[in-house]
Amino acid sequence: MAEARRTNQPQTTIDAGEVERFSALSAEWWNPNGKFRPLHKFNPVRLAYIRDHVAARFGRDPRAAHPFRDLRFLDIGCGGGLLCEPMARLGAEVIGADASTTNIEVARLHAAESGVTIDYRATTAEALADAGEKFDVILNMEVVEHVADIGLFIGKCAEMLKPDGIMFVATINRTLKALGLAIIGAEYVLRWLPRGTHQFGKLVRPEELERALAEAGLRVADRTGVAYNPLADRWHKSRDMDVNYMVLAERVPAA
Amino acid sequence: MPERKTAKTARKEPKAGVGAACLDVLIAGAGYVGLATAVSMRAARPDLKVAVVDAAPAGVWQKDGRASAIAAAARRMLDRLGVWDDIASEAQPITEMIVTDSRTSDPVRPVFLTFDGEVGPDEPFAFMVQNRILNGALRKRAAELGIDLIEGVAVERFDTGPAATTVHLADGSSLETRLLVAADGVRSRLRDMAGIKTVNWEYGQSGIVCTVAHERPHNGRAEEHFLPAGPFATLPLKGNRSSIVWTERTAEAERLVKEDMFVFETELERRFGLKLGEIHVEGQRRAWPLGLTLARAFVAPRFALAGDAAHGIHPIAGQGLNLGFKDAAALAQTVVEADRLGQDIGALDVLERYQQWRRFDTVQMGVTTDILNRMFSNDLGPLRAVRDIGLGLVDRMPRLKDFFIRQASGLTGPTPRLLRGEEI
Repeated sequence: MAEARRTNQPQTTIDAGEVERFSALSAEWWNPNGKFRPLHKFNPVRLAYIRDHVAARFGRDPRAAHPFRDLRFLDIGCGGGLLCEPMARLGAEVIGADASTTNIEVARLHAAESGVTIDYRATTAEALADAGEKFDVILNMEVVEHVADIGLFIGKCAEMLKPDGIMFVATINRTLKALGLAIIGAEYVLRWLPRGTHQFGKLVRPEELERALAEAGLRVADRTGVAYNPLADRWHKSRDMDVNYMVLAERVPAA
Repeated sequence: MPERKTAKTARKEPKAGVGAACLDVLIAGAGYVGLATAVSMRAARPDLKVAVVDAAPAGVWQKDGRASAIAAAARRMLDRLGVWDDIASEAQPITEMIVTDSRTSDPVRPVFLTFDGEVGPDEPFAFMVQNRILNGALRKRAAELGIDLIEGVAVERFDTGPAATTVHLADGSSLETRLLVAADGVRSRLRDMAGIKTVNWEYGQSGIVCTVAHERPHNGRAEEHFLPAGPFATLPLKGNRSSIVWTERTAEAERLVKEDMFVFETELERRFGLKLGEIHVEGQRRAWPLGLTLARAFVAPRFALAGDAAHGIHPIAGQGLNLGFKDAAALAQTVVEADRLGQDIGALDVLERYQQWRRFDTVQMGVTTDILNRMFSNDLGPLRAVRDIGLGLVDRMPRLKDFFIRQASGLTGPTPRLLRGEEI
């Protein structure tokens, strides 16, 4: 394995001390009971949502070994690669982008260890769009509540969507319930997330997201809430979009 | 069925980091739980590379003289896996079950509970099958599905890395796997190697297990008598034969299995009765110490326990095999669903779903059978009266009895799809 890791070492000039630091961070990102536990817990429900909609849209069998073969994915704001790796295992060609160089190094290290091929880039949606990149599927998960200008951001993402491409957006609603559960509950009471992870004012209401999508020439093809069951310690799809929700966006066909 | 590939062919996607030869699942233990787990995973997901390793030399499994009760749910699972057809002709349906509470010397034993209930129309609630028949059918199916079976080689040790576990075998070779499953029995060595502790209760009792031939047919009737020393069960086998599970204090059990056959058969006859004519013992008599062993955890990173390795329970309720099959079905479903989502099947958060699914049920069943055994394994007058009233009440309350039968059939609780007879 050490050998495999060497051969898969990303082409960067980073020193050993840095690698060690990233390695520790990588272990943290990928520890299901560590700091990123909420994301790990959240993963099955969003993975199933993505898999089923992509399979339906592109006529793939979701039970096949590699249903996403020959589909080009962008995971924007990919973090440690928690979504990129499953997508790659399902056969997709995946580009994982994150503005944080640290996250990208962490993600690269883990992918090399796991033996999955992912093209990780420390870059932004704007830079990718300006370079003319195109994708069948764009994953935009838990990102819009952190960006400076949602209209610009969604617009740049839309530019990168192929004509029959689809984009998934997951985020948190700006409601009192979300303030109570997602900020006070998750950050202050349960300490699932570091304090300050989410600022209430930056949370995005579904109608605001839909407006930004519409301005970018996209429309919502499906939407769902995601709710947490504390007894089962599990997330599930729900009609309630008051806190966490996901939407599937597609291009408005040219008239 | 999707196209099949044998486990030896590499997966199409290159696995640079973990090596192309890396297995997806290695199962230690080729008993019925290990084999059922392997077959369930591979049948649902032909792309998974699955292998089974067992310390016992080839052919030893054919000498297992024990028989097991296969509840309706486990039978549906075997049917779904394409194994039941090879077993059916050798399986004895239990069409009636009688539970009594009595002293051995009572001339007539009052019948308190009759489980003549069927789970569905024409579906007996259980079948008796000899272990070697079940094992042989599972082995055949495993071979058809391209599952590698490595026999006569023990697991020496294993090292769990971030992306795979390296398993070192006694012959000096080693295997890499994304997930290692320990189905190596109640005294699981792999469980110890993984550092998983157990909670144990000793009963000071042993179960004498043997097969008897009798003159007259049993008509598919199973009997469980709660004798002062513990439960004494007769379970119908194919032909005029029955399987005996006879509980005694350990010292007494060990004495009995070493006794002259004439003495043993005489003692057996006192309990078995003469209603089926003369009896004689076929094959080996063995005494198995009874205890309750529950693993404190069922999973660790890239590691899962299944069957008796996770929970050895008292055989009083005949649930050992059925709990084991529930593990196999639940673990296979967890792994297959995770693989279909592109998740790492050996990751702890994936395996914790299996643990959460199985532990409550297991602990509940373990504690229930423990209480049943403690309640019935004594000869105190007042307690006897209480449990007689209890059992009588059960028989008079159809809904409660129905619950009992369904519980005995392994149909309650969150049921894995295979146990409902569905595909994963």
